[in-house]
Amino acid sequence: MKFAVIVFPGSNCDVDMYHAIKDELGEEVEYVWHDTENLDQYDGILLPGGFSYGDYLRTGAIARFSKVMQEVVKAAKAGKPVLGVCNGFQILLESGLLPGAMRRNESLKFICRPTQLKVVNNETMFSSAYGDGERIQIPIAHGEGNYYCDEETLERLKANNQIVFTYENNPNGSLENIAGVVNEQGNVLGMMPHPERAVDELLGGADGLKLFQSIVKQWREANVVKA
Amino acid sequence: MFKVKVYVTLRESVLDPQGAAVTHSLQSLSYHEVTDVRIGKYMELTIEKSDRDVEEVVKEVCDRLLANPVIEDYRYEIEEAVAQ
Repeated sequence: MKFAVIVFPGSNCDVDMYHAIKDELGEEVEYVWHDTENLDQYDGILLPGGFSYGDYLRTGAIARFSKVMQEVVKAAKAGKPVLGVCNGFQILLESGLLPGAMRRNESLKFICRPTQLKVVNNETMFSSAYGDGERIQIPIAHGEGNYYCDEETLERLKANNQIVFTYENNPNGSLENIAGVVNEQGNVLGMMPHPERAVDELLGGADGLKLFQSIVKQWREANVVKA
Repeated sequence: MFKVKVYVTLRESVLDPQGAAVTHSLQSLSYHEVTDVRIGKYMELTIEKSDRDVEEVVKEVCDRLLANPVIEDYRYEIEEAVAQ
């Protein structure tokens, strides 16, 4: 399986994402610059964390209009897995691929520490390797991760099982403890915690690895004919 | 040419943690009459005359980029600048 790590000016978790895929997962991966006009050769799209365009105006607001995002939208519509982590999640929200918006953390502080998450939905292509309701530890690092959507949207998220991860101890004021959501089709996941920073016990935990393994497993089952 | 002032604020229904912190700070300075602060953004746009209606352009840029309709409201003032 071949992944693209999209790099915007100001991305800073792109190298971690690349490392997670190449060295820990053992799959193909390439950096893809934000002005790329074709993503056809990639099977999965990864939007890494960071501060794209300096977080000017709003987090993700400028990146959302970069050339490559039209291609990301195309890939999402085609059913390819699209994962946005942290700033990547914020970009997916701004682009309308996922519902809702981010507010500043309730404490107004940038929070960088491990968090306990609950896998609320383990039937997505991003979470199938986890157990139902499994508790996992994944670090967060953000100033604007306070998820918000209106009541109607929240009802829809719940009805369609789109909430994938919730915080056990809400660090940022996020609505309903939401840490990660998928789109209705289930192939676009946005999450504030950083699974790519939790792929090796040496880094304090490897609970993030199963997320990437889930993606690959689903892709293999759909695309590789068993010999 | 038009000079446009755009004000973007969080919607009333959205909690503004910055505004809440500033309200609290003002009250601790004994300004008890200040009961609420909402923090927003102010932008000045210069727009050339074109064949499009300027208000239509302003609304469009606000909806598409300057404000996020999920959490923000905006209002604007358009002034026609006289060439010097």
